[in-house]
Amino acid sequence: MAEYTLKVRRYQPESGEGAYWEEFKVDLDPTLSVLDGLLQAKDRDDGSLSVRCSCRAAICGSCGMKVNGSSTLGCKTQIGEAHEQANRRKKEGVPPPMGADEQPPPNSAEGETRGPRTREPGREIAGHDERGQAGAEDAPIVIEPMGNMPVIKDLITDMESTHWAKIRRVTPWLLPHGEAPEREYVVEPESMIDITQSMACIQCGACVSSCLSMEADPEFIGPAALAKAYRFVGDPRDAETKERLHDLAQDPHGIYDCTHCFSCIDACPKGVAPMDQIMRLRRKAGEEGIEDPNSGHHHELAFVKIIEKKGTLDEVALPKESFAYGIKGKLKPSKRAIKEVLGALPTIFRTIKTGKVRTKWVAPHHKLPGGAQDDVKAIFKHAEEHREEFNLYIKGEDEDLIEPEPDEQTEETLTAEAAAESEES
Amino acid sequence: MPTHDVLVIGAGLAGQRAALAAAEEGVSVGIVSKVHPVRSHSNAAQGGINAALNPGDSWESHAFDTIKGSDYLADQDAVEIMCREAPDEILHLEHLGVTFHRNEEGKLGTRAFGGASAARTYYVADITGQAIMHVLYEQLMKHSEQVARYEEWFCTALALDEQGECCGVVTRNIADGSMELFQAKSVILASGGNGQVWKPTTNALICTGDGIGMAYRAGAKLMDMEMIQYHPTTLAGKGFLITEGARGEGAHLLNRNGERFMERYAPNKMELASRDVVSRAEQTEINEGRGFPDGTVALDITVVPRKRVHEALREIVLVGKDFAGVDITKEPIHIKPGNHYTMGGVKTDVDGRTDIPGLYAAGEVACVSVHGGNRLGANSLLDTLIFGRRSGADAAARAKRTEGSRPSKEVLEAEQEAIDAISAREKGSGRRVSEIKLDLGTVMDAKVAVFRDEAGITEALETVQRLKEEAKTAYIDDKGSVFNQDLLGAIELGYMLDNAECTCVAALERKESRGAQYRTDFPERNDEEWLKHIDLQLNDDGPEISYSEVTITQWEPEERKY
Repeated sequence: MAEYTLKVRRYQPESGEGAYWEEFKVDLDPTLSVLDGLLQAKDRDDGSLSVRCSCRAAICGSCGMKVNGSSTLGCKTQIGEAHEQANRRKKEGVPPPMGADEQPPPNSAEGETRGPRTREPGREIAGHDERGQAGAEDAPIVIEPMGNMPVIKDLITDMESTHWAKIRRVTPWLLPHGEAPEREYVVEPESMIDITQSMACIQCGACVSSCLSMEADPEFIGPAALAKAYRFVGDPRDAETKERLHDLAQDPHGIYDCTHCFSCIDACPKGVAPMDQIMRLRRKAGEEGIEDPNSGHHHELAFVKIIEKKGTLDEVALPKESFAYGIKGKLKPSKRAIKEVLGALPTIFRTIKTGKVRTKWVAPHHKLPGGAQDDVKAIFKHAEEHREEFNLYIKGEDEDLIEPEPDEQTEETLTAEAAAESEES
Repeated sequence: MPTHDVLVIGAGLAGQRAALAAAEEGVSVGIVSKVHPVRSHSNAAQGGINAALNPGDSWESHAFDTIKGSDYLADQDAVEIMCREAPDEILHLEHLGVTFHRNEEGKLGTRAFGGASAARTYYVADITGQAIMHVLYEQLMKHSEQVARYEEWFCTALALDEQGECCGVVTRNIADGSMELFQAKSVILASGGNGQVWKPTTNALICTGDGIGMAYRAGAKLMDMEMIQYHPTTLAGKGFLITEGARGEGAHLLNRNGERFMERYAPNKMELASRDVVSRAEQTEINEGRGFPDGTVALDITVVPRKRVHEALREIVLVGKDFAGVDITKEPIHIKPGNHYTMGGVKTDVDGRTDIPGLYAAGEVACVSVHGGNRLGANSLLDTLIFGRRSGADAAARAKRTEGSRPSKEVLEAEQEAIDAISAREKGSGRRVSEIKLDLGTVMDAKVAVFRDEAGITEALETVQRLKEEAKTAYIDDKGSVFNQDLLGAIELGYMLDNAECTCVAALERKESRGAQYRTDFPERNDEEWLKHIDLQLNDDGPEISYSEVTITQWEPEERKY
């Protein structure tokens, strides 16, 4: 058992007051979860502390929240680890979430403090270990409702208007070919394993909460809904693959609105890797030769081309390659290319103004030192030749790739298989 | 007043299937759930769903395994229907888009499961329940014009008309606390089991026996309430489930001495004997000192090839890592039997009809009975879908031929008064709701679990009756209207206590050992006196006992060996 301080962003809609922070002291085993901590506070101290929860085992997707600023499931985050993370962040000087370091305001007229308040646990804590002896500089575990969604009460957010509306946007049901067969659809076994990764999504909203693109463009269809879309696009039983891809590519808030920031992959508690699913949608859209109004596909190709050629990103070359790929070498650039390059002008000026690109237009892009450029080319070649597998249902978790050594792994697998065989016989 | 021909309470697999089946008949359907449908506990069914769909398999074999697994308490006519209709249901789900595992030919592939004489479990990795439920929810979104969804609405009572027929329900819109009376010609309970009565349990926090409680209070009969399944592989303390699929894939059970102890209890089926048998074997090992000091035995999944574990058991790789700090591909994980499933429930016929006209029940809330004394793994998903569909179809047919009556406002007022009374209790007027829940769960897990005897069950029953009194003065902190979970918790406690009382009364009554009910004071099965169901119905003093016959069609009871 150890003692922890939970600093919770609270909002009681019927109080007439704004959101505030409240601290709860809880006392539980470090291997239990942040959700267990919240439920203890709710059970012992304040039943009005509200959080959606059900399974406690990361399968129902109810308890999406931010813990120490990161979107996750409360039940999947061990409280001991969250505590260590909070201390680490404090030591490294990561600023706490907005307002979490506020001092308590003076008491209001009613004598009620609406700043950080600390409730003592309802009972004496006997024999907690060293770890639980929270020092004065011990950091609290900071818990907030999910981002990119309106808050209804405490940690409960309005997922209907932000999450489910977007899910419904992608026509989230199978549109099969003609009449169903008498028996099952016969499909490649791998195709089912492939989409099982996006089927593993529990609609918790953690990815939506963490999505940086959605912060900038609230209308972005978003990681969860696009991962859901891949579940149909990748499904050989679905007959509308092309239509779905056209739809998602041409929507200005669609697949090319993702900025490739990896936040959703970090946040996803189920290894769905929504961004990977979005990239798969892009790959398929590219293979279909779909022209999208944002030139998203050409922007992507421009990145690849520039990096392969120059090793690092030449921002000056990027707009031309992305938006006006038709201009160079042509006497009459297409209307579309002119329109796009003109459309991109404000962005180009903004990037110069904010220092995101070098201002010396004429200076050549700097080269990579030594033979680094050849290394980059080798990486490209490798990636082209071996299409790396990202699906966790096929490759397993990361640590499996690192250890054991390839030889050992083969040996181990063989031994395990042999053992399994001898058991069966 | 929201009015539908068919109103479904609960939106897990049984509820969603029932709603879709009713909608197919062209009637207006509403589905009410206290959580968003995809949060429902059907998610937790990991391993798969049984059907005799392979050419070499037969529905009779599936039926026999189910009946043998039930320790001959299942009604064989109901089992026959379930097993005959299983293959078409699997194909229907596949056509809707469930991403079932394929064999090398690209056709549906199977895995082995406990108590089954053939590998007939169809699956999606180890997220089968989740995969099916999300696909059904896709269909609900597709058919939103036919099916109105009331997501995060809580039911507090059933409304009966003057003829004693069910004509609606009282609900609370959780988002704003408003109370609403719904009118319906048919009401289908599909609100799941009551695992939260025990602590720990594999069940979600929402599994509080609401439907069983509401039906019981309305006068419906309950059946087989003593039959509570303890799952053989749950994490100690936390109660999380490790799928039977792990043993289906070849994992071993080991005691502290490294022995595969199932050799002594079920030499033929070993780890894949029925769940009651495996749980008793484990508990015996633990009780006789051959378990680990933390009161567990070990599940060794390292014997399953690593690639296969990642492909087929990835969820439990995560469960092991996140909740036990164990890499199951490298070392055994400690497990023990834990509360898992309610075989009993609201007594229904094969079309889901309870003995209150207009009231149906399907899924874990119901007792048809297809599971009898012990449910086979991967038969629960099947139960929810087959009897969900049948209930939905029959409820729609009833709605077409009935006028329907308007539920009385008095029911609504009575519920509002009861809620106001709970809110009015001052802090300190009694105990906290959470304390009573903890006491309840602890005594039930200690006394009404794998091994039972008269003294223990009696102690549990007396505790439950004391807690029922205490619940009358228990107070809550939250007095608001918006998302008042505190209040819902107090109402759920009432359902849980009714469920617990019924289980204790039935367990005390059944003086034999059959399936999940093992009485150390009556260790033998006694077909002569106890090959019958125990039915319970509310009267002034609590549950009144009566009996009903077990339907035998073609399988005479015989001794059960695995």
